[in-house]
Amino acid sequence: MIQDELRQLCRRLLEDGTVQVVIGYGQSSDDGPTYPVFVTDAADVDRLVWNDQCFANLTTYLKRKEVKALGKPAIIVKGCDERALAVLEKESQIDRTQMVVIGVACEGVGQPREPKCAACDVHMPRFSDHVLGQAANTPVEADRRYADLEAFMKRSPAERMAYWMNELSRCFKCYACRATCPMCYCERCIVDKNRPQAIDTSPTLKGNFAWHIARAFHLAGRCVGCDECTRVCPAGIDLRLLNMSLAKAAEDEFGYRAGVDREAEPIIGSYSLKDKESFIR
Amino acid sequence: MSEHAGDNGNGFEPKIVAYVCNWCTYLGADLAGTNRLAYPPNVRIIRLPCTGRIDFNLIIKAFEMKADAVLVSGCHPGDCHYTAGNYHARRRWMLFRELLETMGIDMNRIHFTWISAAEGRKFQQIITEITEKTRQMGPYMDYRKVCEAS
Repeated sequence: MIQDELRQLCRRLLEDGTVQVVIGYGQSSDDGPTYPVFVTDAADVDRLVWNDQCFANLTTYLKRKEVKALGKPAIIVKGCDERALAVLEKESQIDRTQMVVIGVACEGVGQPREPKCAACDVHMPRFSDHVLGQAANTPVEADRRYADLEAFMKRSPAERMAYWMNELSRCFKCYACRATCPMCYCERCIVDKNRPQAIDTSPTLKGNFAWHIARAFHLAGRCVGCDECTRVCPAGIDLRLLNMSLAKAAEDEFGYRAGVDREAEPIIGSYSLKDKESFIR
Repeated sequence: MSEHAGDNGNGFEPKIVAYVCNWCTYLGADLAGTNRLAYPPNVRIIRLPCTGRIDFNLIIKAFEMKADAVLVSGCHPGDCHYTAGNYHARRRWMLFRELLETMGIDMNRIHFTWISAAEGRKFQQIITEITEKTRQMGPYMDYRKVCEAS
């Protein structure tokens, strides 16, 4: 069973001092929710669990100072979370030689499955140091990946605007979407800067539009589609659609999918003389 | 008001914000001025060092401040004073437009152009055209509603 193998591996890594902390999933009761655990002692590895309730993308904890202070980490990732590592590595945010990545084969999370799992083509981690379990990676056609977005885009612009006015009116700026995002690693977020105040910080529709446009666009060509922002949103706003629109544009225009090819140049921060400019007069 | 800014009967005068780069479009506007090419006074020109500096937040900010249309303009490809600022900007706008489409923002109110320092007449034409088009569309009520909701 994957969970037993996982505990065994983590015990070994902690005992021989390869790592000082294991970032994994814990669960207090069999049908309860999972939460992140930070195991620093080999005697505690039985706190680690693996099941289809392991939603969180743990790579977001790698940026936290208090986690960095624990020493060299081993981190448990699913195939989708692993894509975040690839982007972070390309952006020089992590040093892969200074961590052990434990990939776990995943058949999908949640009952019923999360929407992202329906078009998953990374059931099996591809560049982890250790891989536990077996799953098949079958290619998924691009239009299945963006099916929900395409359905949404069938509405008229006025209907879309009305949709977002309704959805974003519920946002109260808890910034959980930012806190959980592995790609949001700025020391100081633009929304916290006030000289000048680029984004209205009030939780009014005006401020919420500005914030969600900025949040989504700062992830352009970087979002790996782990959908954590959507899952953690206490107001239940489908932020996925915004991320998807940028991911789709990146794939359509540049054939680029963040975190899929470890070597590919990021599309933001680079340019091509052949870039489309049909919209510029 | 000059003849170019004549109202359409209901007194609506569009407010247009133009973010322009210092080296090309701003000089293009300057040339329009020195050549006495009249263009509608509805445009508020905001000069920035380079199109690469035109942060997408500025576009949103303009709508927040009740702009009815936004123009973003800079050097033609190959002409950037900083070599590649406009190439970076071009790629960014391309993606940004997709996001705005998804949000349902009226894309007829956001214009992108390349206007060089020699194109005073093009500046005049573009501003006249945008002003006329925006006047016909009326004020951008959608975003005003966003800004006025509590």
